[in-house]
Amino acid sequence: MHLEVTFFALYRERAGLRQLALELPEGGTVSDLTGAIRHRFPNLAPSNVNIVVAVNAEYADHDLALQEGDEVCLIPPVSGG
Amino acid sequence: MRALIEITHEPLNPEQITNQVRQDGNGAVVTFLGTTRDSFEGKRVLKLDYEAYEDMALKKMEEIRQEICAEFGIADLAISHRIGTVDIGQISLVVAVASPHRKEAFYACNKVVDRVKEIVPIWKKEVFEDGSRWVACEDHEFTRTEAVTLNTDNA
Repeated sequence: MHLEVTFFALYRERAGLRQLALELPEGGTVSDLTGAIRHRFPNLAPSNVNIVVAVNAEYADHDLALQEGDEVCLIPPVSGG
Repeated sequence: MRALIEITHEPLNPEQITNQVRQDGNGAVVTFLGTTRDSFEGKRVLKLDYEAYEDMALKKMEEIRQEICAEFGIADLAISHRIGTVDIGQISLVVAVASPHRKEAFYACNKVVDRVKEIVPIWKKEVFEDGSRWVACEDHEFTRTEAVTLNTDNA
């Protein structure tokens, strides 16, 4: 399936891009996605830091199955206020 | 009437935001202002750059509004967050809470700020003379000195 992944803040700067087109096998999960992202950007986050993913503007569990057309965003640790 | 939940690039007006929660049935109004600090561990901060995933941030702020209203049995709560470049000493966050009695308003206001910092996808970057750092993002990943160094050559 085809996904557009959006990077914010620290992840946007580390990856050097705001959006990435990514192909994942059908039935791929959030874990599969973060695995692919880590493979492509090994320095995005240390291996002991969980890469948080939002799917359709909601925090997603690692085992959530993604679907073509989902709005997928990578959420670095937040720091509002 | 303005929205009770707001993300804006414009300067925040606390009085206007507070007025939204004032009702004759309320005997207490608490307004919290989050303002941009001028230093980080002795380094001079020149300005802060805020970034948001706006759709989700608005959704999470509304969730917090409803959650806190339910928890404290109150009805009047407004949250406004400024994004973009915010100069030092400016207001980046306003939380206004009103309730019939003061305790609920104080506690609710405190908890709203905690929850905003916990779950709302907004990020701030401190800009120094010789670099910058994303606040919180690196704090649990690196030592702070490393974090500052790493972010001097931003993409």
